[in-house]
Amino acid sequence: MRLKEFSVEEWEGLSHNGDRFTPGHRLCAGCGASIVVQQVLLGTDKPVVACCPTGCLQVSSTLYPFTSWNVPYIHSGFVNAASTISGVEAAYRALSARGKINREIKFVVFAGDGGTYDIGFQALSGALERGHDMVYVCYDNQAYMNTGIQRSSATPAGAWTTTTAIGTQSSGKREYEKDICLCVAAHRIPYVAQASPSHPKDLITKAQKAFNTKGPAYLNILSPCPPGWRYDDTGQGIKLAQLAVETGYWPLYEVEDGIWRLTYKPDSKRPATDWLKPQGRFSHLFREENQSVLAAFQQEVDKRWEELLARCAGAI
Amino acid sequence: MTTETERKVTIITGNQAIAEAMRQINPDVAAVYPITPQTDVAERLSTFVADGLLDTVYVPVESEHSAMSACVGAAAAGARAVTATSSQGLAYMQEVLYIASGLRLPIVMANVNRALSAPINIHCDHSDSMGARDSGWIQLYSENAQEAYDNVLQAVRIAEHPDVSLPVMVNMDGFIISHGSEVVELLDDKVVREFVGEYQPAFSLLDVDHPVTIGPFDGLHGHFFEHKKAQIEAMDRARKVILDIGREFASLSGRSYGFFEEYRLADAEVAVVVLNSAAGTGKIVVDELREQGLPVGLLKLRVFRPFPSAELADALRKLKAVGVLERAVSPGLEGGPVFAELRSALFDIGISPKVVSFIYGLGGREFRPEHAKEAFSSLLSTGKIGHASNLVNYLGLRRR
Repeated sequence: MRLKEFSVEEWEGLSHNGDRFTPGHRLCAGCGASIVVQQVLLGTDKPVVACCPTGCLQVSSTLYPFTSWNVPYIHSGFVNAASTISGVEAAYRALSARGKINREIKFVVFAGDGGTYDIGFQALSGALERGHDMVYVCYDNQAYMNTGIQRSSATPAGAWTTTTAIGTQSSGKREYEKDICLCVAAHRIPYVAQASPSHPKDLITKAQKAFNTKGPAYLNILSPCPPGWRYDDTGQGIKLAQLAVETGYWPLYEVEDGIWRLTYKPDSKRPATDWLKPQGRFSHLFREENQSVLAAFQQEVDKRWEELLARCAGAI
Repeated sequence: MTTETERKVTIITGNQAIAEAMRQINPDVAAVYPITPQTDVAERLSTFVADGLLDTVYVPVESEHSAMSACVGAAAAGARAVTATSSQGLAYMQEVLYIASGLRLPIVMANVNRALSAPINIHCDHSDSMGARDSGWIQLYSENAQEAYDNVLQAVRIAEHPDVSLPVMVNMDGFIISHGSEVVELLDDKVVREFVGEYQPAFSLLDVDHPVTIGPFDGLHGHFFEHKKAQIEAMDRARKVILDIGREFASLSGRSYGFFEEYRLADAEVAVVVLNSAAGTGKIVVDELREQGLPVGLLKLRVFRPFPSAELADALRKLKAVGVLERAVSPGLEGGPVFAELRSALFDIGISPKVVSFIYGLGGREFRPEHAKEAFSSLLSTGKIGHASNLVNYLGLRRR
């Protein structure tokens, strides 16, 4: 199964939306978040209102008195992006019903994994269950990067972070990451997808579907982080995202009305070490004493991959 | 002026009074999470929507944190947004209270006062709203269901006034008022609609042709300090607005509202300062003691934020002794928060009355006439001898 990418003409057809998130922000060189935002916003021509919880993207894109957001934008707190956008969307319904607004507007959240998997999880669950018409995007850089690389429940097992230190008694994070898409899909919302900025056509197509969905849609998008993942060549991020897909660590799939579908299947799954090796946060795993951790990591990737294939085959 | 026929006299509970006020306001969005003793406000709003009496978008959130967050989102989107809570719910939304006021969003919230855990207790005290006293919200207090109703209506106008643009919390005693039935005079729906008018937001997220960034990061070389100063100034401007709207409301309802109510204070030598329902008990005791020829009076504080320091000092300056009756404590501080602030307000006027703290009613401990009498008796003695034997006193506390 090959993945078709956009032709030059197709890219040009999308590019008129590129001024919604503008340059000049203070995100790190090579940060995945701004790429994720740009690609997702290419998924709709409609006016959008954006919301971020506290996090890298929020602090770096709205450094008062500057803003990178050329669309209406709100940041409230760390916990509450989903509940804040719930209120915005409720206001939209109220003011539309009362004839004060008469145009279609889309609502989108861009949250990190901290604001999604962890501290914002309850608010997200509530908003999904209530069925607000919104697109919730998690740019998942797999740790609390804004406060300086602390573990989250999205951090892979074995990873170094500043709160999963490496020492004689520790080889990094002990736990495997939360399967957030499975959690979100369990809310039985109309659309859930996982995507990677290394595969923009796949990502943007999913964003289009998400924006066209009536009700809540969720996109889980891998977001490479040069300081947090510890790679020096800041241009390497998209390559790392691609390796995450090619190793089966970060499969590309969607759940549409409860039907699971793989949107890209690598011809042959590369070993997980291809993804782990270039990242400094995993370098200790390649020491002799951590061979078992690496082996267990591969087993977990395989297990989740097989389970996903079974879901997509309708076997689960 | 409305005529008598446009007013409707009913017998309803405090919670019903708040729900009725919210029905008449017909806000764009109500985001509510139920909590004892506020619960039936949430239920009544849901019923109004179900019966088509309210076309508000009702957001049945999964927590109070989300209730306030949804109000923040809705208000930032140019909607008139309301909520109601109590106790743990108010504490749970605490961080968002600061965001609501910092973003200058005119949200209206009813808080049905209830004690904070632990030990868990569902009954009335004021530790919930006093815990939020620095959050930048205007705080109004209500003696009874009528005042709660009137305060909610006025809160909309105060909050949305362009000179203010701050959220307003209307407090009312849990169970004592929320669940007690009393005579309440309701205004006609049309009169309320005209009084509250249409909300005209200065900015809206839904004005997509004029995008605004709300809630930017102001932490490096920004203007956080100046922003806070602007908030303080708005709170100061609220003083005049509260009085103006109180007068306007009086012309509609015949019920006038200022910063506080003075009860037989003009010729009193000692007085108590109270918030909320204890004023009712206090007034009865004042009348009784007056009949015995004792020079006692009462001051009921309605507006706690902004704190009317100068007006309070002026109203109390001629007294010999003042007792601040409080249903909240700040462990480690002598007396409760109102006591500390009132003493501070009186400090600069030179000859000031002796001010004594009386803590009562924590966790819903009943406040009985004998407790008020005990306070007055102590104050009369303090007034006579010029000093208080105890600065902080506890009314109705069991001695084991």
